[in-house]
Amino acid sequence: MKQTLLRIREEALRALSENGADLEALRIRYLGKKGELTAVLRGMGALSAEERPVIGQIANEVRAAIEEEITRRAAELKVAAIEARLASEKLDVTVPGDEVAVGHVHPISRIQREMEDIFIGMGYDIVEGPEVEYDYYNFQALNIPPDHPARDTQDTFYITDNILLRSQTSPVQVRTMEKRRPPIRIISPGRVYRSDAVDASHSPLFHQMEGLVVDRGVTMGNLKATLEMFARKMFGEDTRVRFRPHHFPFTEPSAEVDVSCFACGGKGCRLCKGEGWIEILGAGMVHPNVLRGCDIDPDEYSGFAFGMGIERVALLKYHIDDMRLLYENDVRFLAQF
Amino acid sequence: MKLSMNWLADFTDVSDISVKDYCDRMTDTGSKVEGWETLGEDIENVVVGRIASVVPHPDSDHLLICQLDCGTGEEIQIVTGAHNVYEGAVVPVAMVPAKLPGGVKIKAGKLRGVESNGMLCSIGELGLTTHDMPGAVEDGILILSDVGLGDAPLGQDIRKALSLTDSVVEFEITSNRPDCLSVIGLARETGVSFDRAVTIPTPPVPPVRGDGDDIGNYLKVEIREPSLCYRYSARVVKNVKIAPSPLWLRMRLRAAGVRPINNIVDVTNYVMLEYGQPMHAFDYACLEGSEILVRRAAAGEKFVSLDGVEHSLEDSMLVIADAKKPVALAGVMGGENSEITEGTKTVVFESAMFRGPSVRVSGKKLGMRTESSSRFEKGLDRENTVPALHRACELVALLGAGEIVDGEIDCYPTKAEPFTMPLEAEKINRFLGVSLTEEYMADVLRRLSCRVEDGIITVPSFRDDLRCMNDIAEEVLRIYGYQKFDSAPLCGETTQGGRTARQQYEQLVRDTLVGAGLCEAQTFSFISPKFYDKIRMAEDDPRRVSIVISNPLGEDTSIMRTTALPSMLNVLENNAAVKNRDARLFELASVYIPRGGENDLPDEEKRVVLGFYENTASDGRGFYRMKGIVEALLAASGVRGAEFAPVTNDPLFHPGRCAVLTVGDKKIGVFGEVHPQTAANFTIGAPTYLAELDFDALFGARAAVTEYVPLPKYPALERDFSFVCAEDTAVATLEKCMRRAGGPTLDSVKLFDIYRGPQIGAGRKSVSFAVMLRAADRTMTDEEADGAVKRITSSLEKECGAVLRS
Repeated sequence: MKQTLLRIREEALRALSENGADLEALRIRYLGKKGELTAVLRGMGALSAEERPVIGQIANEVRAAIEEEITRRAAELKVAAIEARLASEKLDVTVPGDEVAVGHVHPISRIQREMEDIFIGMGYDIVEGPEVEYDYYNFQALNIPPDHPARDTQDTFYITDNILLRSQTSPVQVRTMEKRRPPIRIISPGRVYRSDAVDASHSPLFHQMEGLVVDRGVTMGNLKATLEMFARKMFGEDTRVRFRPHHFPFTEPSAEVDVSCFACGGKGCRLCKGEGWIEILGAGMVHPNVLRGCDIDPDEYSGFAFGMGIERVALLKYHIDDMRLLYENDVRFLAQF
Repeated sequence: MKLSMNWLADFTDVSDISVKDYCDRMTDTGSKVEGWETLGEDIENVVVGRIASVVPHPDSDHLLICQLDCGTGEEIQIVTGAHNVYEGAVVPVAMVPAKLPGGVKIKAGKLRGVESNGMLCSIGELGLTTHDMPGAVEDGILILSDVGLGDAPLGQDIRKALSLTDSVVEFEITSNRPDCLSVIGLARETGVSFDRAVTIPTPPVPPVRGDGDDIGNYLKVEIREPSLCYRYSARVVKNVKIAPSPLWLRMRLRAAGVRPINNIVDVTNYVMLEYGQPMHAFDYACLEGSEILVRRAAAGEKFVSLDGVEHSLEDSMLVIADAKKPVALAGVMGGENSEITEGTKTVVFESAMFRGPSVRVSGKKLGMRTESSSRFEKGLDRENTVPALHRACELVALLGAGEIVDGEIDCYPTKAEPFTMPLEAEKINRFLGVSLTEEYMADVLRRLSCRVEDGIITVPSFRDDLRCMNDIAEEVLRIYGYQKFDSAPLCGETTQGGRTARQQYEQLVRDTLVGAGLCEAQTFSFISPKFYDKIRMAEDDPRRVSIVISNPLGEDTSIMRTTALPSMLNVLENNAAVKNRDARLFELASVYIPRGGENDLPDEEKRVVLGFYENTASDGRGFYRMKGIVEALLAASGVRGAEFAPVTNDPLFHPGRCAVLTVGDKKIGVFGEVHPQTAANFTIGAPTYLAELDFDALFGARAAVTEYVPLPKYPALERDFSFVCAEDTAVATLEKCMRRAGGPTLDSVKLFDIYRGPQIGAGRKSVSFAVMLRAADRTMTDEEADGAVKRITSSLEKECGAVLRS
């Protein structure tokens, strides 16, 4: 009987390994109610009391071995089936993906946001002002009286004798100082207008960002530190800043400010025209006449102001060689930002 | 301002400093250098040579073979095509190899078989003109004796022979420093920048001739407008011999970018460049009535300026006139009627100080800007007129150009008092954030020609720009070094900083639309008034009233837009023109709405403008794609209760594919498909969709605080229905009816199909909805759901005539 059991086991395992597509049929054949193993076990009644536990144990081992093999084969077949399906589902991964429309922020907005975020981090508010502006705010309150030669350098669009399109964001300085008391820390980005015909480096409309700080004891050293911080964040940690004396009617002392070329690090390249420096903004200490005009006592308070062209930074940073691209809004251009 | 370094050397010595270092330091101290050049640097290996012999070329009618003696001991053979050469002529010889202006390189060669080892040069080939070299021919070889240089040593570098040995530095002078529009002004700046001595000689008073003649015999001067002319000084020169100026003077003018004319005119220009004091020379013979009046022009008075242009003057303009007519537009340009000519015998030199703004406005009105007016308009030094006049006389004597008549006219109604102010060293240090000693500051100021005594600064007459502590601080700092002062982080009260809610919302709108696949555009705020016609805006539309620019660049940028839709159409048109298949864009655009009052600024409002065209989609669902973007923006903004209603009468849009968006009773904006007749005005060629939403209305309608709604605890039952209704029954009407009938148990209604076909019948449609029913506090039973469904279907039938499709 033991021989029979061992034979059944051997046959069953062989059948499972050779064939096995229909595992259920094999299970029924060997382990089912009318199966071979069951038939053998039925004959156990004829065995002696000594033999019965021995054969019983062998029978259980045989059943366990067959069951285990069925389970194992089942898993094996399942894996094989999945693999076969996967093989049939193979795709050409080089076929382009389905198009998802991806939008892009305009490079001017992008640079503007970057600049705003830097100054927000330093505790500045963003203040907006009108683009159609009174002559008073654009010029007179900025220490540029009607006959001042500086008016010629900024050819201005006029609406009436008294109303114009602002030629700079600086009028927001005055509007802010009229409304708020120090400490003032603001930036004011926005559109400005000058009657320059459109070409690769001119546009009658462009964007500036103004900055103004007024408080007790504000120094020119503070201005330098502020612009250094800005330049490092905007153009990279190694950026250096250079102040050059200049003249603006509404600041005194005034400076033109260069940053070390962020393309070559100051060695001189095409971007900086071999200079190593790139002029990026104008700045200075708020002129006492401007403070006084806003009813802020220049003996008690001092302040600094700066202004820069957003397009200029965008052109430099993205190596755009023609300003017109910014206003043509060709989606092939916009999609690069 | 172009500065000749040779000229500068008359006043201060910087010969040990390279031009590059000179330029860098001058820029650092505030005289910004735009660039510099070495004159004659493009000329190499051109020397003085004498023509030893000239013979005709054997094989050519027009070529000559010259043997040149260039002092080398050997004759050099050169073939030339010019015919003004002769034996013994001294000429410029380009040797082999030589370089000439314009990148020309001279090599040895053969001309019709005859060797030629160089080239004889014309003035043009050396980069010169007949103004620079009067006497020279234009279309032949430069014969040095023609220009008074016949005795130049053979073999000498031609640059040396022609005094082309100068460096020229070009400065950008800021409007507060008109004193630096002069060699002397820049010499002072040079001195203080390099700590060098500067010697500015006082020009001598012309010696008295004592021939009994006096300026009084010639002229009297009257200033009728002392508020526009602060000082008028004059001298008369008689027995004038008009001739070219000497080479050194011509070359200095040339370096400064001024064309040499003749000795008298050149002297006035030379003095202007040296002293910064514009001068004018009149031909005395042309002055009627022996007098000069400084008066306002009569309105409409005619005046022909030196350049031959006739002007009609206004009474705001100041003129220099004789008894009968204007002879100069004060400070701007002289008149043709009193111009110095070859026949001029007696000259009046004018050295005056006019009010800057007056010169500026006159020049601007007549479209004239000259070396003179650009100096006057910034404000000059009243104390400078007489020294300049004396310098002119000194030069006339030096050049032998005439005899200075005894006596001087100097009308100076109001003498300017010197300006004084305290030197507030401590305040300056605090203000700049530096710690410099008072002595240092005083020293800098003295080097800048200020007097500093007992803590009081006396500002020199040519520095009108020094008026307050800040001005002094800048002077000290720029000489100390803008690079040198330390930066110090800002201290003080903490400020909050950041974006306002509206500014944050702007970012949200931008980010949402970018997320929806749109590219941001930026367009000009000014447009052509024709754009309103182009978008077929109604004639009586209030948006046609715009802010008008009085001096626009052109008609196409002449008014401030009241709608940004034409700008968007224009952008779409541009994209279509370059064959972009699809373009989806948005702009956060400013519009400018006039408020009516003459002195009112317009309301500057912001619009969210969306626009796209599609060549790749032909499913006819463009309107719904646009609506989807609008709805996405509403969803991102948390706007609830948005309603859409058809707009059938906006000429810009398709009458059946346009909607107005409202929230509550507030109109947010309009969107839809562009009307084919509007589209015809823009070359886009594909269905085009636009939206214009009022940014602030959206901002006002948004949910400022997002409040959490708990998630449902009990399951929903979902039922799908199809209803058949009339074609013109709006889906929104059906939805509203279902919501009312369903009451609180109606969780959501979602349209999933609209079907039209023969089974449904003409003029009817089948609309299918998925409806979710849910009770907040328990699991809904089927019976309850059936009850709700019954209410919904019967309401739809009663109110909308929509029948459940079986």
